[in-house]
Amino acid sequence: MRHLLGIAGWRRDELEALLDRAQAHLPGGPDASHVLRGRVVANLFFEDSTRTRSSFEVAARKLGADVLNWSYAGSSVSKGETLLDTARNIEAMGPAVIVIRHRSSGAPGLVARHVKCAVVNAGDGAHEHPSQALLDAFTLRQRWGRLDGRTVLIVGDVLHSRVARSNLLCLKALGARVVLCGPPTLLPPGLEEMGGEVTHQLDAVLPQADAVMCLRLQTERMSEAFLPSQREYSRLFGITPARAERMKPDALVLHPGPINRGVELSPVVADGPRSVILEQVANGVAVRRAILEACAS
Amino acid sequence: MTPVLFQRARVIDPRNGVDGVRDVLVTDGRVAQVSEAPLPAPKDARVVDATDKWLVPGFIDLHVHLREPGEEGKETVLTGCRAAVAGGFTGVVAMPNTKVVNDSALVTELVLSRARDAGLCHVYPAGAITKGLKGEELSEAGELIGAGCVALTDDGRPVMNAGLMRRVLQYATQFDVPVMVHEEDLTLSAGGAMHEGATSTRLGLRGIPSSAEVAMVARDLVLLEETKGRLHVAHVSCEGSVRLIREAKQRGLRVTCEVAPHHFTLDDRAVGDYDTHAKMAPPLRGDVDVKALREALVDGTVDAIATDHAPHGVSDKLVEFEKGINGIVGLETALGLTLALVHEGVLTPRRAVELLSDGPARVFGLPGGHLAPGAPADITLLSPSEEWTVDAHRFYSRSRNTPFHGRTLKGRVTQTWVGGRCVFEDGQLKESR
Repeated sequence: MRHLLGIAGWRRDELEALLDRAQAHLPGGPDASHVLRGRVVANLFFEDSTRTRSSFEVAARKLGADVLNWSYAGSSVSKGETLLDTARNIEAMGPAVIVIRHRSSGAPGLVARHVKCAVVNAGDGAHEHPSQALLDAFTLRQRWGRLDGRTVLIVGDVLHSRVARSNLLCLKALGARVVLCGPPTLLPPGLEEMGGEVTHQLDAVLPQADAVMCLRLQTERMSEAFLPSQREYSRLFGITPARAERMKPDALVLHPGPINRGVELSPVVADGPRSVILEQVANGVAVRRAILEACAS
Repeated sequence: MTPVLFQRARVIDPRNGVDGVRDVLVTDGRVAQVSEAPLPAPKDARVVDATDKWLVPGFIDLHVHLREPGEEGKETVLTGCRAAVAGGFTGVVAMPNTKVVNDSALVTELVLSRARDAGLCHVYPAGAITKGLKGEELSEAGELIGAGCVALTDDGRPVMNAGLMRRVLQYATQFDVPVMVHEEDLTLSAGGAMHEGATSTRLGLRGIPSSAEVAMVARDLVLLEETKGRLHVAHVSCEGSVRLIREAKQRGLRVTCEVAPHHFTLDDRAVGDYDTHAKMAPPLRGDVDVKALREALVDGTVDAIATDHAPHGVSDKLVEFEKGINGIVGLETALGLTLALVHEGVLTPRRAVELLSDGPARVFGLPGGHLAPGAPADITLLSPSEEWTVDAHRFYSRSRNTPFHGRTLKGRVTQTWVGGRCVFEDGQLKESR
């Protein structure tokens, strides 16, 4: 049993092995419906996330697991129960793996230190979202074979993005160069220490990118005045058709979803030939099958 | 009261310029004689062989949360005093942010009465600047000071309203007590859980920039200059603050400040893997700040080491980092952490003792802090090089929230004397009741 709390702490060969394992879980691969038969995967979602929760649920069912879906809405948490009490109660039902999504950074780690089963982080605060990073890397690897020597440009609200942090760590570990781009108010200090390069000049770096990973603009942050307006953000950092023209001919566009169409990504680009957004979603199930298999074994 | 003769101690008394082997005689609860030549023991005197020990003025902690009234599950005046004397402190200043807030003589008197019942060390209450710590109306400072408060503070909360802060500094000049401030611009720290830096980015936690503190220090120094008041800056945590305070002192402003042991010992990396025991306000800062604080301890910019002893229950810390309550207990680890700076060669023994005794006594105008004949016999006797491992479960404090559990420290209190009475000896409390 091993937890997946973040990309941090995993070696390149371990990440590669996980991605190799995901390869076998692609549609048309060998039947794996017995892998977790009779075992329980508990989805603890303290924050709304239809996409990630569904993906983990489909992955678990395809491995033959029984799925326990717990969500905070109307739960004992609203009656004042602590995170650890909730987790220990779920643990008492005997799951092989607890998949946890939480708005507080570090919450899955806290649970992992106090339960006996494996814990998978399905996104915690602005900390990490490792399964997303693995499926993104998987998608790029599928196109490129290797990530070595490739430049991935991550654009947008890095400050609040767990996807950006996990991707920075994961892509760097797999040999890619990672450039982070966004307004200064949304790029926190210390990204260089995590291996990233930082810029605010999208148009200058765009032609270097082999892939552009857009982050969802968290419009709920707008009231905190990180940005003057969506309109200005879109002008400075939106991937428009004109900007897409200036990218390398074979450069890819990724987005973790859900997209604010016309803000961080124009519909033409999102649905265009560069986009691998739906491949990301499809690969997500295979990658999460590999994660659950690895953690439950 | 039995006379006491301490023999062959290394007496360090910064105020009186003493650092050397001396005999010290205590009679009637006061220091009677400090002598280079051996003193004869009076009849019936208790004789303490203090060879290889340091005999220093009892420590005074300007910043302690005793939690009574209101949160007695975390600490009481009694348990806080036990922790204090076990840590070598003979006096503590009790913060007013109890539940009920100490914004009236009634609460001040309650705390003093509990302290008398405890009978262990001096407790000096601090009164709230504003009623209910709400930052709106001035509390009745005259009444508070009349009842025994030694300073005014809304500790834990900044006085965000600059106009109100200006009036407090003005108003307090008539009593000549310091206004003690927790410097934090809430619009800059909002939502932050730790110091803003590479570690907060890695952990995905909202950061509190240094400017949240420095900007308020700057504001209050401007107000201080205008009002000619007395300002005491609590738990200074960053480089910018000490720079401003140093400059202000050079210009003759009546500003003093304190630094907490955790801020000169740990930096923000101590948060590690979301360790809520490393969560405090102000937060643990960067390594540049730690270095600056150490320099400020050496050069006199810092007047006192104060622990900001903040007891909390286990369930307050066993939660998501963002939900964790700020603060750590500090009374029983302060000496070891301060002496670490001596053992590292940062501080001289004399300066370390000054920061724990004379400095704080001067800042708040408290008795003690020195050992001249006639001074109260508030004395700490310590083994400067004795190693021990912090075991939070053995604290006298009612709470165990410390990031130093398991750490080996060098320097241990062997005896604490208050008013000529031994209240702590060889790890055991000597309670009168």
